[in-house]
Amino acid sequence: MIQAKGIHKQFGALHVLKGVDLDVAERELVFIIGPSGSGKSTMLRCLNRLEVPTAGSVVVDGIDLLDPRTDLNHARQRIGMVFQSFNLYPHMTALGNVTLALRKVAGKSRAEADEIGHAALARVGLAERADHRPGQLSGGQQQRVAIARAIALEPRVMLFDEPTSALDPELVGSVLGVMRSLRESGMTMVVVSHEMGFARAAADRVLFMDDGLIVEQGPPAQIFEAPVHARTRGFISQIQRH
Amino acid sequence: MGGWERFAETFLNAKVMERYWPDIVAGLGTTIELAALIVLSGLAAGLALAVLRSFGVRVVNWAIVFVVDLFRALPPLVIIVLIYFGLPSIDVVPSGFVSTWLSLALVLMAFSEEIFWAGITAIPRGQWEAARSTGLGFGETLAHVILPQALRITIPPLTNRTIAITKGTALGSVVAVTEILGQASSAVSNSYNPSPLTLGAAAYLVLFLPVVIFGRWVERKFR
Ligand SMILES: Nc1ncnc2c1ncn2[C@@H]1O[C@H](COP(=O)(O)OP(=O)(O)OP(=O)(O)O)[C@@H](O)[C@H]1O
Ligand SMILES: [Mg+2]
Repeated sequence: MIQAKGIHKQFGALHVLKGVDLDVAERELVFIIGPSGSGKSTMLRCLNRLEVPTAGSVVVDGIDLLDPRTDLNHARQRIGMVFQSFNLYPHMTALGNVTLALRKVAGKSRAEADEIGHAALARVGLAERADHRPGQLSGGQQQRVAIARAIALEPRVMLFDEPTSALDPELVGSVLGVMRSLRESGMTMVVVSHEMGFARAAADRVLFMDDGLIVEQGPPAQIFEAPVHARTRGFISQIQRH
Repeated sequence: MGGWERFAETFLNAKVMERYWPDIVAGLGTTIELAALIVLSGLAAGLALAVLRSFGVRVVNWAIVFVVDLFRALPPLVIIVLIYFGLPSIDVVPSGFVSTWLSLALVLMAFSEEIFWAGITAIPRGQWEAARSTGLGFGETLAHVILPQALRITIPPLTNRTIAITKGTALGSVVAVTEILGQASSAVSNSYNPSPLTLGAAAYLVLFLPVVIFGRWVERKFR
C-alpha cells in the first residue's frame, strides 16, 4: 500500500531524514516510536507530501506522490491524516468539519455530504455531537471528529501523528477505541505514538527511529521485550519507566 | 452686545443657517457617496492584495510591501494634491472628487492589507495542513478555512482604521470637492459669517457618531 524508498529530508543544513525505507502492506498497522526530534513526524508527513522529501520516492496506493503530474489533492483524499493538536476548523460545527472536503473536493451535494458526515460521526461515537463547535467538545471528542473528518473521505491509508499525546489520560481510551475499530475494519494504518499498550494489542510491526534512520523493526513483542540494538533498549526502558 | 449674544451671532446665526443648510445637506450627500466608494474599493483592494501576498511569490510580495509602505507613509493630503495637480501634466485630468476617492482608497487599501495580512498569518499552520491533507486546494483552504477565521479577528482594527480614513473625506475641500467642509467653507466666504461651519460640524457628527458607536459595539462583540 505504501512504498517509500530512500527518503531524505533536509531543512537547510539540518539533515532530518537520512535514507528511510518504509513498506506498508494492505491492512497492516505499522507503529513508529523514537525519541523527540528523531524525524517521526517528518517521515509521516512525507507520506502525504505535507513535506516534500529532498530525495527518495513515495508511492501510496499506486500513486507516485512526487511525480509533478500527480493530482495531489485527489491523492490526498485517499490518505487520511490525524494530528496531535486535532486541527479542527473552530468556526464550523463537527458536521461542517467532516463535510467540507466532501463537498468541495469530492463534489458531493450538501445532502449527500451530510449523510456521509453523520455516518462518519456515528462511527466515532459522536452522532449526537454533529452540531457542536470544536470549542464545545472535549479533547477526546475533538480528536474523534478529526478521525471522522478523515474517514469520511474513505481513505485507503490513515496516518496518525501522536493522536493521543495532547489528551488528558482519561480521554485517551476513547480515541484508541476508535483506532482499534478502524484497525478491525481492515484499514491500513501508520501510527506515530508511544501508547505501548495499544501497540502490543494492535500493531503488526513496530519501527524504532533514531536520528533520521530506522534503527530496528519487528513485531511488538520482539521490539518491546527483546530489542537487539542498545539504542532501542535504552529508549524502551526509558518510556516504560513513565 | 453681551459676550453670549456675540458668540451666538457669530456661530449660531439663524439667518445664515437658514440660508445655507440645504448646501450643507447636499455636502453631506457627497460625503456619504465619497465615503462609501472609499470603503468599498479600499477594503476590496486591501483584501485582494493580502490574498495575493499569501501565495508567497517573493517578487510580488516585495512589490506589495513597497506599495503598502508608500501609502502608509505619505500624508493623505499629499497624495490628493499629487493626483489632482500632478496627473494633468500627463494629460489625465481627474476631478477633485475622483482624486480624493482614489487617494483615500489607496491609503485604506494599504492599511487594510496589513490588517488582513496579519489576520491571515495569525491562523495556525495546522489549519492549513488539516485542510490540505483532506485534499482541499490552496484557494479552497484560503476561502473556506483561513479567511473566515482571519476576517473575524481583523474586524475590530479594520473598523477603527476605516473610520479614521473615511473622515479624511474632509480633505477633498482642498481640491474643490463640494462635500460637507467644502460647502461650509464657501458658505462662510459668501456670508462673512462662520455659522455654516457649525452646521458642517453637526453634519459630521450626524454621519460619524453612529459609525463610531457601531465601531465600539463591533470591538466588544468580536474581541
Ligand atoms: N519545517 C521545519 N523546518 C525546520 N526544521 C524542522 C521542520 N520540521 C521539523 N524540523 C526539525 O526536524 C527534526 C525532526 O522533527 P520531527 O518533528 O520529525 O521529530 P519527531 O520525531 O516527530 O519529534 P517529536 O517526538 O518531538 O514529535 C527536529 O529537529 C525539528 O526541529
Ligand atoms: Mg512529532
